[in-house]
Amino acid sequence: MNNRPRTLFQKIWDAHVVSQAQDAPAILYIDLQLVHEVTSPQAFTELRNRSLQVRRPDRTVATVDHSIPTYDRTLPIQDALAAKQLDMMYANARDFGIRIYDRMSDKQGIVHVIGPELGLTQPGMTIVCGDSHTSTHGAFGTLAFGIGTSEVAMVLATQTLLQRKPKTMNVRVDGILANGVTAKDIILALIAKIGVDGGTGHAVEYSGSAIRAQTMEGRMTICNMSIEGGARAGMIAPDETTFNYVAGREFAPKGADWDAAVARWRQLPTDDGAEYDAVVELDANALEPMITYGNNPGMGIPITGRVPDPDAMGDHHQKAALRKALQYMDLQPGKSLIGHPVNVVFIGSCTNSRIGDLRLAANIMKGKRVADNVRVMVVPGSQQVKRQAEQEGLDVIFRQAGAEWREAGCSMCIAMNGDELKSGEYSISTSNRNFEGRQGKGGRTMLASPLTAAASALSGVVTDPRSVLS
Amino acid sequence: MEPIKKFTGKTVGLPSTDVDTDQIIPARYLKATDKKGMGEVLFYDWRYDENGDPKPEFILNQPHSQNATILVAGNNFGCGSSREHAPWALQGYGFQAIISTQFADIFRNNSLKNGLLPIVVDKETHEQLLDLAAEDPELELSVDLETQTLGLPDGRRVEFPIDPFSKECLLNGVDELGYLLRRENEIEQYETANAK
Repeated sequence: MNNRPRTLFQKIWDAHVVSQAQDAPAILYIDLQLVHEVTSPQAFTELRNRSLQVRRPDRTVATVDHSIPTYDRTLPIQDALAAKQLDMMYANARDFGIRIYDRMSDKQGIVHVIGPELGLTQPGMTIVCGDSHTSTHGAFGTLAFGIGTSEVAMVLATQTLLQRKPKTMNVRVDGILANGVTAKDIILALIAKIGVDGGTGHAVEYSGSAIRAQTMEGRMTICNMSIEGGARAGMIAPDETTFNYVAGREFAPKGADWDAAVARWRQLPTDDGAEYDAVVELDANALEPMITYGNNPGMGIPITGRVPDPDAMGDHHQKAALRKALQYMDLQPGKSLIGHPVNVVFIGSCTNSRIGDLRLAANIMKGKRVADNVRVMVVPGSQQVKRQAEQEGLDVIFRQAGAEWREAGCSMCIAMNGDELKSGEYSISTSNRNFEGRQGKGGRTMLASPLTAAASALSGVVTDPRSVLS
Repeated sequence: MEPIKKFTGKTVGLPSTDVDTDQIIPARYLKATDKKGMGEVLFYDWRYDENGDPKPEFILNQPHSQNATILVAGNNFGCGSSREHAPWALQGYGFQAIISTQFADIFRNNSLKNGLLPIVVDKETHEQLLDLAAEDPELELSVDLETQTLGLPDGRRVEFPIDPFSKECLLNGVDELGYLLRRENEIEQYETANAK
């Protein structure tokens, strides 16, 4: 037995290596694959072409989230292409014996919301999905990462993947977040610091007092956007917060199995003295609410900051990128974003659509009205989140404030389903990507926390949430 | 997958850094359930205006860029979404290799699975290649995977790294799914040992 201290990543990796040939990537066993309608059709076609079955239907779970409309579920789907894609997902699930939460299911939702809430996501697992935000599940101390469609087919057919071992990076966030500063601001600040390629080739482990203090939802928000910093995966060691979240959920172990599982999970945290390939530190005490001004998630500033000047950039490619982004966003260098008009506020996505996120937004909007000229969409991450919010009366708060209360899905995060910005419109969005056209062709996205989004919804302009929090 | 050994091709430059897969193929084209027609929507919003007419200033719309098979792209090409539609679109258009200083992890994996060669070069070579592509509309580069070298017009050859397994797969058209299927015994043993 090797007694060298190991990281959380190394322990999960070691436990899942099926074999490792010289000069070849490892064959890595995958405990759970989540499947959705957009990145799976060609994978199932591949299986059919080769007369293959799904090796472990019991380790495969499907839902529909990307292309489904968020209007009334009893209405027919207007987009014929989307309808065809959904029907294909249902047919594939049926033909290959995979459990599916379809459009009418009361457990449907964004894959990265339903995995954890159903208790499918458990510490120590390897989890993949044809979706880059699979890193979300790392919040539970899993090794979870996004894969392409060819790899979806490989996992369907063999439950394994060929994987080169990534390097490790430790992101330490110590300190206490000020009022009005959230998990979203931690991750936006980190990406602004390391850049959108800062984590490339690495599995990131987040640690430190500010991470420990986060709820599972906050931890999911942080791990979710690991990919926006280029990281292969993001993970957080499991602790009591993790176990309390998982306990009692539908697919969580029960009784003696639960006790055995927790005992196993307690062995997962990184050993004292284990080394990482890179270490980054972030001071939680110094963080402010963050907002993005450009066309990648690394183009972010504290909300009281100023839009940077391309002429101040050293590297000519960075200079050109910033100039292009400011032109697309129609923003001026040196200016504050506070007070900038907003057309749409989107509260949702696998980053910030869980009950805790909706509570934050509702707390600010309670008894208030959104600005007249602003469209505000609140899109819960799953039908279970939706029901929970309705039990708490959050839907009433949103509706009375003048916001739209929608059915669960990815919605305006990726704008495949008809929920989209018009060209030239500005959004404050709790989602994860501000790429050109991401929320609709010509749309201009500013990423921020649910608090900043809700505060800006009320005023109709970019607003520091601390100005409305008591 | 078709084996790749060596090829020479028309080369164009797209120096923008951090080109994300939403630019390579916008999400509204992801409702396809097969791989057909992806090349036509490659870089759609950069390539076409609101009326669907080609934007003349975009590199792929310039007459000299037609039939290009090698793209010199900016740093961190292919970041963002895991959509394999991105390499499908690049390949559908006709590209066989992309050269950059760094690729996003998932994009690189997806490209290798489809025989689209991601070539990493150092910063200095990258700048030279971008300059060459900007100056010479007829620029051609040659790629030799066996020797892992890129041939420049002045006769210089630049080495590029690629891991031995990927190289083997590309040279021989080895299909990774087939490779995994042949290891079923090992997978079964693992499942038994781990009661999975």
